Amino acid sequence: MTLPGGISRREMFLKLAILFDVVVGMILAVPIVRYILSPVIRERRPGYASWLSLGSLDQFPAGQTRLATYRNPIVNPWDGETADIACWVRHVDAESFQVFAINCAHLWCPVRWFPQSSLFMCPCHGGVYYADGSRAAGPPERGLFQYSYKIEGGRLFIKAGEMPTPTRAANIKMGKSQCA
Amino acid sequence: MRLIRKIGDWFDQRLQLGRSIQETLEHPVPRQTASWFYVFGSAALTVFVLQIVTGILLATVYVPSAGQAWDSLHVLDHEVTLGWFIRALHGWGSNFMVAIVFVHMAQVFLFGAFKFPRELTWIAGVFLLLMTLGMAFSGQVLRFDQDAYWGLGIGAAISSHIPVLGPWLVSFLLGGPIIAGATLSRFFALHVFLIPGMLIALVGLHVLLVLKVGINEWPIPGRTVRRETYQQEYRELTREEGVPFVPYAVWKDALFSGFVLLSVAACAVYFGPFGPSGQPDPTIIQTVPRPDFFFLWLYAVLSLLPSSLETPAMLLGPMIALLVLLALPFVSGEGEKSWKRRPIAVLTILLAAVALGTLTHLSGYAPWSPVMDAWSSEPIPSKYLKESTALERQGALVFQAKQCHNCHALDGRGGWRGPALDAVAVQLTQDQLIRQVIQGGGNMPAYGKNLSPAETTALVAFLETLHPAGQAPAHDASRAVTPETNAERSSSPRP
Repeated sequence: MTLPGGISRREMFLKLAILFDVVVGMILAVPIVRYILSPVIRERRPGYASWLSLGSLDQFPAGQTRLATYRNPIVNPWDGETADIACWVRHVDAESFQVFAINCAHLWCPVRWFPQSSLFMCPCHGGVYYADGSRAAGPPERGLFQYSYKIEGGRLFIKAGEMPTPTRAANIKMGKSQCA
Repeated sequence: MRLIRKIGDWFDQRLQLGRSIQETLEHPVPRQTASWFYVFGSAALTVFVLQIVTGILLATVYVPSAGQAWDSLHVLDHEVTLGWFIRALHGWGSNFMVAIVFVHMAQVFLFGAFKFPRELTWIAGVFLLLMTLGMAFSGQVLRFDQDAYWGLGIGAAISSHIPVLGPWLVSFLLGGPIIAGATLSRFFALHVFLIPGMLIALVGLHVLLVLKVGINEWPIPGRTVRRETYQQEYRELTREEGVPFVPYAVWKDALFSGFVLLSVAACAVYFGPFGPSGQPDPTIIQTVPRPDFFFLWLYAVLSLLPSSLETPAMLLGPMIALLVLLALPFVSGEGEKSWKRRPIAVLTILLAAVALGTLTHLSGYAPWSPVMDAWSSEPIPSKYLKESTALERQGALVFQAKQCHNCHALDGRGGWRGPALDAVAVQLTQDQLIRQVIQGGGNMPAYGKNLSPAETTALVAFLETLHPAGQAPAHDASRAVTPETNAERSSSPRP
């Protein structure tokens, strides 16, 4: 049997079946794509960052830069030690602090603090930063990433939770720190 | 024997593959292609099979969890019988596979095998190269040690440079906000399912195309490719001087593949497995991450590029390279195949080999990286302190204590980030030394705020002693004209 338009009944059924499969495929694709993009969609609003304590102010003597660690706020039971993140805390004076990400602004290697020369040095490509985190030498195009901080109840808090990169620094304040 | 034949016949009656397999094995190939130059493709395939087998064996023990992957590798190395050997086979197999794929690519490029009608074979090969590198990188991640952790960070930092999409791409790559369990899980899926699946499909396509279009004939100078006549000429060539692939050509493939497998096994036994290095604990910052062998050249490029070129090179470089490789068979699809009449092709391969070799060699000792413990582990050579004054010795102490040695070598020891200072007094006058120390410049930080005037004076006094015997230190000729100001200047360094 041939339908008006020149196609047979079976050909029409085949085309309808293909159309049906495409529709079903698209219906299935929506949750699959959403699942794949879940880290990007960030269903856990308002985002990954939250205020975290680095400890009491006594741990950070004035005029010194100390290594501190915190547990990332978004964590899975199987994350192990990878959820423990380090940062550099510089106690400038009184209630003025700077909290730097441990990562070089060039390609993310861990920078080390040398109190004798008051410099941060990166072991990978030789990025160097001054005590205030500003770029001193080497390939980085900018200073170290800084966390926003606040002081509450004699404890130092930073807003953290996301890997700092040059283009994600929107969540990680640059320049002057915020003091609540 | 008769029983085996009967069983074989039983299967063939149902599968009806015997005739096709026999035709495939005995398909005619040009006599000159039964050459040692044509064995790299089959060797790459052999190593790929080795990778699949050893990978499956490793997966029976390995735990793809951020908290336990590192421990499971130690179990493999120290507790599972011959676990270390399987790991070593897999690691060295990876290195061999990358190397053989590059050699295979260079060979087919020099033999003009990308030209008509083998464009698709070449394109499948280009993607096979990408997949192989993807397997190599994701494999390094699965080792999940310090190098893997910080290597992931470098990969994410590079991805973050992509305009607009950068931040989302980082989250997508990591599977969350930081490098953690989700990151390892998705790289495990990539390394074990996605990329191998694509590799198997592409290898199938690649081999099918070789069978359908025919193996590239031995290039002879003057025998050019023309779309109108090539396929007829190739048919005549295989008819006139063709030989069955089995056994005329295949024995060399089999022998070379066996030699490669033996080499992988020898390296595995002699050198052992790769890593794991330290635990993937981001709070342990006393680490100097290095990529695996096949990405060392990239590590060097990222160190040597000027800052202004870094982002464009990181983003556009790979895309341009890929486009050039994909466009090659369409831009140069006809004409001369022989490398003897393609000097630019030969130069390209030589340049690429020299560049990759040099960059990889440079990465071996990474002169751009400070030696982070040189200030405390590399003493100043005693010959530089003989007969020195108290001030100069004080300067030597400043040199060590302020980490100058991390970037500047003395007598070949220390960092190479900055120039070696064994003859610095010949190159710079006292004033120039003071200016360099205080103001920095030329990739050196300014120490003006980090040194007291007394420390600067002592440091410069020490640096002024660093000149070869019999070679006078540099001096400012103008000082001879105004000797009275000379004494004032040398007594107090200028800010």
